[in-house]
Amino acid sequence: MAGPPAGRPGRDKRRQRLEILLFVTPALVLMALFVVYPVVSAVRMSFFRWKGFGPLVDFVGLRNYVSVLTDSVFTDAVMHNFTIVFASILVQLPLGLALALLLNRRIRARGLLRTIIFVPYVLAEVIAGVVWFQLLQPRTGVIETVLSSVGIPVPEQGFLGTPDLALATVFVVLTWKYLGLAVLLFLAGLQGVPDELSEAAQLDGASWWQIQRRIAIPLIAPTIRTWIFLSMIGSLQLFDMVWILTGGGPANATTTMATYLVNQGTQRGNFGIAGAASVILFLIGFVMAIAYQFFVLRRDTKAER
Amino acid sequence: MLCSAVVVGVTACGGGGGSESEAGDNTITWWHNSNNEPGRGFYEQAAKDFEADNPGVNIEVQAMAHQDMVDKLEAAFQSGDVPDIYMERGGGELADHVEAGLVRDLSEDAAEEIEKLGGSVSGWQVDGKTYALPFSVGVVGFWYNKELFAQAGIEEPPTTMDELGEVVATLKGAGITPISVGAGDKWPAAHYWYYTALRSCPQDVLEDAVTSLDFSDACFVEAGEALEQLLSTQPFNPGFLTTPAQEGATSASGLLATEQVAMELQGHWEPGVMQGLTENGQGLGEKTGWFPFPEIEGGDGDPAAQLGGGDAWAVAEDAPDAAVDFVKYLLSDEVQQGFAENDMGLPTNPAASDSVSDPALAELLAVRDAAPYVQLYFDTAFGASVGGAMNDAVALLFAGQGSPEDIVKATQQAAEQER
Repeated sequence: MAGPPAGRPGRDKRRQRLEILLFVTPALVLMALFVVYPVVSAVRMSFFRWKGFGPLVDFVGLRNYVSVLTDSVFTDAVMHNFTIVFASILVQLPLGLALALLLNRRIRARGLLRTIIFVPYVLAEVIAGVVWFQLLQPRTGVIETVLSSVGIPVPEQGFLGTPDLALATVFVVLTWKYLGLAVLLFLAGLQGVPDELSEAAQLDGASWWQIQRRIAIPLIAPTIRTWIFLSMIGSLQLFDMVWILTGGGPANATTTMATYLVNQGTQRGNFGIAGAASVILFLIGFVMAIAYQFFVLRRDTKAER
Repeated sequence: MLCSAVVVGVTACGGGGGSESEAGDNTITWWHNSNNEPGRGFYEQAAKDFEADNPGVNIEVQAMAHQDMVDKLEAAFQSGDVPDIYMERGGGELADHVEAGLVRDLSEDAAEEIEKLGGSVSGWQVDGKTYALPFSVGVVGFWYNKELFAQAGIEEPPTTMDELGEVVATLKGAGITPISVGAGDKWPAAHYWYYTALRSCPQDVLEDAVTSLDFSDACFVEAGEALEQLLSTQPFNPGFLTTPAQEGATSASGLLATEQVAMELQGHWEPGVMQGLTENGQGLGEKTGWFPFPEIEGGDGDPAAQLGGGDAWAVAEDAPDAAVDFVKYLLSDEVQQGFAENDMGLPTNPAASDSVSDPALAELLAVRDAAPYVQLYFDTAFGASVGGAMNDAVALLFAGQGSPEDIVKATQQAAEQER
């Protein structure tokens, strides 16, 4: 075990710093070019009326922010995002946990089941969206054909075309897509639960469910809290699936903050308004992330100390 | 600024000042979207012929797929480095480009051609000046399946909205879905309102609205009411609110091409789109029929007026003069006739009208030429911002969540923001 050659520590340190600088510079340049610069120009853009070409000259102050915040399409979009955030926690969390606990037992075809649940997550979102769009075609799509054949009534305009059902339908597809991630994370957490604990509990006569409830679930709580965080941020930025399935329609029933800003920017040429919407989206995400960090995740970091 | 101080003796100042001298660089860049044969080859030959007649001029042709061209153009406008000759769709888009000082005024340089093209240039005029020469202008109308119409016992295509209602009822009675509409993309739905407005409003009211952005005339609400009446007959394909316009077999155009519906309101590009959506590449083929948007009984609009739009060649502000000459050449009898013979579009030069070979397109061309005026698609005419708000509001009416008044209100509101 030969360590680094002794002597001349000053020069080594300097060399190390140079190396760090050398290796980090490309990443920093890319970050500045493709992250920092666009963010700064989006903020700047949000104070101008700008159509996408020519110089930024038409300064409008906070007017873009006022039009975004007073636009019912945007405020509805915020509601849709939060609906998805809470629906994910209320539905995907228990479902994912139940599946993870089940798949953690020694049951038959466990590997196959794990794969089936995880595959949707691996699939590109665009591809999954296109496939579901076809499956959900009114009348001719597989889903309506199957439902009708067993006598379940289907909506006149299809699941995606009915304003009252569209968001719920999108959520079902999202759940199908992202349940695999929850299960994977929870399973990984469960691997870390020492077998001795459940064996001891078993000797004391605890049932399977008692062991899960008193030992396994509390021990993977940090994993669950991390998943909630990821799910929350993902739901706030929701775009791809909605864009492909409904484009934000019908009647804006599935518009999210992200589809709103893309629509305003690239389709209507209101780049200032899109900039303002993106700043608001960023702030909402930022505040929620900080709050979650402060009130929920802090417990985890403390516990580890 | 520094540049002008040392300009004497220095020719390489850059920045695209448009200061090409007589003997200077006469290279012209030209972007077009005819990237399939025969169009691509035809345009290459046109460029070569022009170069032969104009020694010293060099044309760099770039043929791209349509969407690629649109994307590249958008980037070009942002950077201010626009190709010398490019495609303009007119209306509010063009007005923005003019305002940013990117487009050359052709009113005087091409006065003769503008005279010849007549009314079709109006979509490419801003404040009385012409900024681009339209080479293909089509109109929107109903494309229908002649066989399905016959099967339902319909002998004549409808000419009034009431007759359209009857046709819808007859088709439904025969178990045929009457109309497909790609309301998921919004503009195909909006075309219905544009047309009901065209049939409800007199020409001067519409022309005035395009410049003043004032929609207070009662006819705009009447347009929505006429549309509501059509919607109440439930003529559209199931799930039309999320149906895309022309991507895939389950899109509105795909449904017409695969004979799932009897008709669709669409632009002159429809036969080409349908060909791309069928396995044999024929679209509806012989069964393709076309009829203009019906009249609204009691409407103040001209029943012969048509809704349409097209593509025009524009010249960048800093392009060499030879670019103007080339655009004029592209609109000449000779090039336009070849353009029509190759089915590349609907020629605007009257001398080429007889050269269109496709029977449905020839019918459409006759209707266009007989029209007292062709109204540019409202969303193009008003620009993306106002037009987008208008399209969204029409889509809400289709979804049963808006009123005729709401369309006018949303449009007016977006227009206020433009001022």
